Amino acid sequence: MARRAIVREPVRPDQPRTGGGGNAVRLAVIEMPSVMQDPTHTQMPHDPLVTLEDVSFARGSRVIFDGVNIEIPRGKITAILGPSGGGKTTLLRLIGGQLEPASGKVTVFGRNVQGLNTAELFAMRRRIGMLFQSGALLTDLDVFENVAFPLREHTHLPESMIRTIVLMKLEVVGLRNARRLYPRELSGGMARRVALARAIALDPLMVLYDEPFAGQDPISMGILVRLIKQLNRALNLTSVIVSHDVIETASIADQMYLIADGKVVESGPPATMKSSATPAVVQFMQGLPDGPMPFHFPGADYLTDLIDGASP
Amino acid sequence: MMDFLATIGRRSLATFERLGRGTLFLLQVCARLGFLFSRPSLTLVQVWAVGVQSLVIIGVSGAFVGMVLGLQGYNTLVTFGTEESLGVVVAKSLCRELGPVLTALLFAGRAGSALTAEIGLMKATEQIPALEMMGVDPLRRLIVPRYVAGIISMPLLATIFTAIGILGGYFCGVGLLGVDEGAFWSQMQLHTALGTDIGNGVVVKSIVFGAVVTWIALFEGFDAVPTSEGVSQATTRTVVNSSLAVLALDFVLTGLMFD
Amino acid sequence: MKITRTMEIGVGFFVSLGLAALLMLALKVANLTSFGNADGYLVLARFDNIGGLQERSAVKMGGVLVGRVTRIDYDSEAFRAVVEMRIDPRFREIPVDTAASIYTAGLLGEQYVNLDAGGDEEVLADGGELEITQSAVIMERMLQEFLYSKTVKDENP
Repeated sequence: MARRAIVREPVRPDQPRTGGGGNAVRLAVIEMPSVMQDPTHTQMPHDPLVTLEDVSFARGSRVIFDGVNIEIPRGKITAILGPSGGGKTTLLRLIGGQLEPASGKVTVFGRNVQGLNTAELFAMRRRIGMLFQSGALLTDLDVFENVAFPLREHTHLPESMIRTIVLMKLEVVGLRNARRLYPRELSGGMARRVALARAIALDPLMVLYDEPFAGQDPISMGILVRLIKQLNRALNLTSVIVSHDVIETASIADQMYLIADGKVVESGPPATMKSSATPAVVQFMQGLPDGPMPFHFPGADYLTDLIDGASP
Repeated sequence: MMDFLATIGRRSLATFERLGRGTLFLLQVCARLGFLFSRPSLTLVQVWAVGVQSLVIIGVSGAFVGMVLGLQGYNTLVTFGTEESLGVVVAKSLCRELGPVLTALLFAGRAGSALTAEIGLMKATEQIPALEMMGVDPLRRLIVPRYVAGIISMPLLATIFTAIGILGGYFCGVGLLGVDEGAFWSQMQLHTALGTDIGNGVVVKSIVFGAVVTWIALFEGFDAVPTSEGVSQATTRTVVNSSLAVLALDFVLTGLMFD
Repeated sequence: MKITRTMEIGVGFFVSLGLAALLMLALKVANLTSFGNADGYLVLARFDNIGGLQERSAVKMGGVLVGRVTRIDYDSEAFRAVVEMRIDPRFREIPVDTAASIYTAGLLGEQYVNLDAGGDEEVLADGGELEITQSAVIMERMLQEFLYSKTVKDENP
């Protein structure tokens, strides 16, 4: 931890009180400039933060995306819906530059992701927070150190300041007093909230949520829904939620996309989606077992299969 | 027949592909070795995990191997009336072969498998993708400290193993079987060279083994299929491949060093 | 994982143990202490045949280890082998008329240089040469001589 020592500890204000108080506010101001000076912030507010133009992606012979166009507007919550295994996580990885599309263009913060070198890519990712489905907390660090991790890796802040920021972020997700627990001692919902605190530790421009509601009990689901909504407003974030939980997602999203069979089937605000007459949208929004997305795995006909004893 | 040939072809292609990726991985790690100096504490933690945690098994094995050498060596030498050379037999065999090789095999089983499982599980639980998304290079943050710790720990462990082994042989030969103490040490000293036997044997061999075993372990973990089954297979592969690599390399090194 | 005091102590202990083991190997096993490069003085001796003598072979006086062979060379003018020995400084007083012979330890053992002290008042200086030498006994040559004398004896009784 020699790096931290490089920074001289500033004249330390009064011992940070629990919760942050005035000290915390000042820190938030100190942290903001990097975001404020960001050129993309001065652009037109209607200009999308992320665009996917005609993106195709295949894993082996399986086509996951086939000419997908998506625009993520700034400051809004955009939900991307689709059945499980439909490559929604892949979409987030394309935005984060962890995967490259076979064709098409992914633009993030006004720059083509494929054109970035490793250093630029990592710099871009620092301005994106990502919440993984499993939380993806580092198992050998406790809650406090997990939230402090991005700060320790990317900044040279003194220990007292890191402590204040971490406690602020943990306060937001309501887990300030769980800071000495290890990930294995947390419930799934708590782990996800810690991961959320970590995702916003560096005050990102955008947060990507990968299935934030999957496998949660109704209470933690409610907590997460509220948190995402609040954070988006309070921190002026742009949020992208990838999910298959229609009701929860629809309750907070400003804009929704439905992806099926590698294509965008329909997009629009939740109200439009609910009243859509497109069969695939109706099926998905209402959770019907059969429809354009078939209940049966595609293959031979049932009757032929039964009669034809040779097929294994 | 054609199927058989095709299988061989496919297998060898797959092997070469893995070898290539493994080499690329090693080069990427080496290119980032400088990171070591900016965060030495990360390596310290790994020396703890990889080296200190292996001390007990290394010490106990070393003692027993030395004692067995003392016993067997005595039985053979006493038939020729040359049991004074027991010290030479124990020291030479431990320094040149048994010390570095057995330590490397134990290291592969104890530390190598743990490294693979750890990295593989981090991958399976999305911790590695999460690091990437946080703009942290997992090769630098996770792999480099572990790799360096492996290379540091292995020669230290091999030296400890050899020293304890010689003490074990001394205990058995001199303490239990009554070989003359002076002859035991002086014969040993007369025939053991610092450069060849201890330098080449213990130190150089174990550094090479440490680099290879840790490389294989980390690559298998990093390359593992991110499921519980994939991680368990990768762990098995680490132990098998690194043991084979150690034995084969030992042959080559012995040929080069002691002609 | 956070660094704890235990870890720091553990790693410190581990590294010191490793270094101690290396030191033990160097001193106790390879015997780096006695006759290090700096200590002792050099003595030369020329032999007709050195047999299996090697660098690092022992030099003994009355059975006591007093030094080691440091270099073996061939003098192509005198057609003799040159053996350079380093003698421990504790054995400073070796008379100039001391005889050097190459003996074998046991029947099949290692060969070593044996010094038989002479009676001269004057002692050897650093770099001095032992004039009286006796070559190694070569088993084949001894057998040859024995068989030859036997035949000669048989032919002229």
